[in-house]
Amino acid sequence: MIRKAPFLALAALGAGALLGACRPVEPVIVTQEVRVVETQEVQVNVPVEFVMESARLAAVRGRDRVICGVNTSVPGFGFVDANGQNVGFDPDVCRAIAAAIFGDASKVEFRPLTAAERFTALQTNEIDVLSRNTTWTLGRDVELGTDFAPTTFYDGQGMMVRQDSGFASLADMGGATVCVLAGTTTEGNLADAFNTLGLEYEGLVLDTGDATAAAYDEGRCDGLTSDKSQLAGLRTTLTTPDDHIILPEVMSKEPLGPVWAHGDQQWGDLVRWVVYGLIIAEEKGITQANVAEIAGSDPQDPEVRRLLGIEGEFGALLGVEPDFVVDVITAVGNYGEIYDRHLGPEGTNIPREGTLNALWTDGGMIYAPPWR
Amino acid sequence: MASRPWRRIEPFWRDVRVLRVAGQIVFALALLALAAWLISNLRQSLDARGLNLSFSFLNRTAGFAITQGPGMVRTDPFWMAFLVGLANSLSVILAGLGLTTLVGLMAGIALLSPNWLLRNATRVYVEVFRNTPLLVQLFFIYFGVVLAMPALADRIELGPFILSQRGVWVPRPVPQPGAPLWIAAAVCGVGLSAWIYARRERQRRRTGEETRPVLWALFPLVGLPLSAWIALPEPPFTFETAVLDGLRMVGGLRMTPEFFALLLGLVLYTGAFIADIVRGGILAVPYGQLEAARSLGLKEANVLQLVILPQALRVIIPPLINQYLNLAKNSSLAFGIGYLDLYAVSQIIFNQSGQAVQVIALLMATYLALSLSISVLMNWFNRRMEIPGR
Repeated sequence: MIRKAPFLALAALGAGALLGACRPVEPVIVTQEVRVVETQEVQVNVPVEFVMESARLAAVRGRDRVICGVNTSVPGFGFVDANGQNVGFDPDVCRAIAAAIFGDASKVEFRPLTAAERFTALQTNEIDVLSRNTTWTLGRDVELGTDFAPTTFYDGQGMMVRQDSGFASLADMGGATVCVLAGTTTEGNLADAFNTLGLEYEGLVLDTGDATAAAYDEGRCDGLTSDKSQLAGLRTTLTTPDDHIILPEVMSKEPLGPVWAHGDQQWGDLVRWVVYGLIIAEEKGITQANVAEIAGSDPQDPEVRRLLGIEGEFGALLGVEPDFVVDVITAVGNYGEIYDRHLGPEGTNIPREGTLNALWTDGGMIYAPPWR
Repeated sequence: MASRPWRRIEPFWRDVRVLRVAGQIVFALALLALAAWLISNLRQSLDARGLNLSFSFLNRTAGFAITQGPGMVRTDPFWMAFLVGLANSLSVILAGLGLTTLVGLMAGIALLSPNWLLRNATRVYVEVFRNTPLLVQLFFIYFGVVLAMPALADRIELGPFILSQRGVWVPRPVPQPGAPLWIAAAVCGVGLSAWIYARRERQRRRTGEETRPVLWALFPLVGLPLSAWIALPEPPFTFETAVLDGLRMVGGLRMTPEFFALLLGLVLYTGAFIADIVRGGILAVPYGQLEAARSLGLKEANVLQLVILPQALRVIIPPLINQYLNLAKNSSLAFGIGYLDLYAVSQIIFNQSGQAVQVIALLMATYLALSLSISVLMNWFNRRMEIPGR
C-alpha cells in the first residue's frame, strides 16, 4: 500500500500530460472579426468598402495550405493515381481554390474521407472545404451546419442490371434484390423509386463500394444502384463489363458540388466565385493555354477584363489577389478543361454534350452569374 | 503506533496516509478536468455549427427502408430502424451463443479424444480459426463460400429444402383448425414424460435397480403427439415450401445468406476459443477423480457427465463469459457482409440524420446494456454452479 501513492501521483501526471498533448485538430473558430478597411483610392460612388474578413481565410493563410476533403475511390471524380497523387474533377476544384488564395495550386492538403465521415470532418473544422461528389439536399444544407457552393456536376441515380435479365426499366424489377452502398442519398432514393412504382424489393446494403460491386458481380443482387456517373466507373471493375447495362431511368436529382461549414460566409463567397470563375472562363474561351496571353493583351470584353483583374476590385472584395482567376486558370484550366481531363473521353468518358452538364450557352445547366 | 516513535517528526508530505489520499484527489481532479475539457470542446464545436444534442431526431421519418429481419418501410421513424437493427443483432447473438457453446463443447472434448484423427483434426480447426482475424473469416465465408452457391435459377432442391446464394429455405408449418388440439396433446405428453422420468429416477436412486427412466419417459413424449396427429381428421399443420415467383422465392422460412455467413463466422470463431477453455477445464479436474469414477464401474459417458463435467464447469464458466461477450460485440462486424445489425443500422441513421454524437452514444449505451445483461445472467449461473461453501 505504501508504494501505491507515488504510482497514483504518476498516473495523475500522465493524465495531465495527456491533457496537454491532446489539442483539437484545428483551432475552433467561433468568432469573426469585423474590420472596416478604407481603400486607398476613394471612388465616387463607393467611398468606403465594408469588408468582413474571413476568419477561415486567415487560418488557411496562416497554415499556408487549404485542407480539402476528397474521395479516393471514384475514378474521374476523386481517385489516387499510380504516383499517389489525388486526381479527379473534385480534387481539381480544391487546387483551383488553392491557386486563388496562394497563386500555387500545390498548396492543398487532401484528406481522404468516406461518405460517412465527410460531414463530421466539416463540422469539426478538420477540413476547410469538402469536394467529394456530395449531393446538395435541404436536410444537409439546413440541418448539418453546411453550405453548398454552386453545383459543379448534375448527376442522377441510376440502376445497373445484367443484360440477360430482360429488364428494360425499373417497372420490370418487382421483387428484385438491389445492392446499394450505405451512407448516401442512394438508399432513400431507392426506397422512394420502388415505393412510387408500388413495387417490392429487397435491399442489400453494404458499407464499401468494392463490397457492393463484388456482391452484385457474384449474382447476389439483380441490380446495383448508384449515381449514374459512378455506375459507369463501377462497371469497368466487374468481371465482364459488357454483360451489364445501365437502365435509362433517372431515380433522383443529384447536384454535386463543393461544401463548406456554415458560419463563415466570406469563405463561402470565395469558394463560390472560384467555381463561377471556372465557368465564366470556359464561356469566354479562356483556357490554360491562352490565359496569360489574353491577360497581357488588353482584352476588349469588359467581363473578361473584370474576370482577369484588369478592371475592378473583385479580388480585394474576396480577400485575394486582383488577378486570382489568372492563377486559377493557369493552374487547372477552365471548367470544360477540368471536365474533359477527368470525365471526358480520356477519363471515364461521361458524355457532356446535350446533358445538364453542358454550358448554358449549349443548352445545359452550367451557368454563372455576371462577374461585376 | 507505539512501535514507530519516529513518526512524530515525519513531515506530512512524507506521510503515506496523506500522500495516498492526495494522490487519489489529484487523479480524480485530473480525470474531471479531462472530461470537462472534452465536453466543452464538443459543446463549442456543436454551438459553432448550430447543432444540438437533442434526441428528438429519432422521431423523424427515416426515409430509407430495411428489408432484413422484421424490416421497416421508408415512412417509419428513425427509432424504428434502430429497433429493427437491435432485433437483427439479438437474433444472431442468441443463435450464435447457443450454437457456439455446442461447437465449443464438442470440439473441446474432441481435443482430448484418444482418437488420433479426431483430436488432430479438431486441433487444426481450433488453431486456424483462433489465429486469423474474424473479419477476414467473414469475408471468406460470405464472398468465397456463401455467394459462390448456385444462383436462384440453378438452385439446389433437396426435397423441401432449397439452397442458393440468395438464401436457404426450409418448409414453414402452417397451423390448421386442429392445431390447438394437437399442441395441447403435445404439452400433455411433455408433462407426463417429465413426471414418469422423475418417478423412475427416484425409484432407481432408492433401490439401485435399473429402471430405465429415459426409455420410459420417451413413450408419452413421442406417443401422445404422434397418436394425436394420426387421430385428428386432418393434419394439424401443413408445410409450405418456397416456390419461385418471378425474381424471388415466396413462402417457406428463409435464412438470408448474410445472416448465415455471419452466424457461421461467429460460431466457428468463438467456438475455437471455447474449445480450448473446455479442454483446459476438463484437464483441471484431478486425475484421481477420473480413476475413482472408473473404479466405481461407471460407463465412460457417465464418467464425463456425472463426475468430470460438473467439476470442469466451475473452471470453464468464468472465461466462457468473456467469450460470450466477445461474440456479442463481434456481431457488430456484420456491416462488412451486408447484414443490417444494430451497428450497421446506426451507421445508416447517423449518415441520414447527421447526428453523430447522439447516434454513437445510443449505440454504446445499447451494447453496454446488452453485454451487462449477458454478464449478469452468466454470473448468476456461475454462482449456482459453484460448490457451496467455497
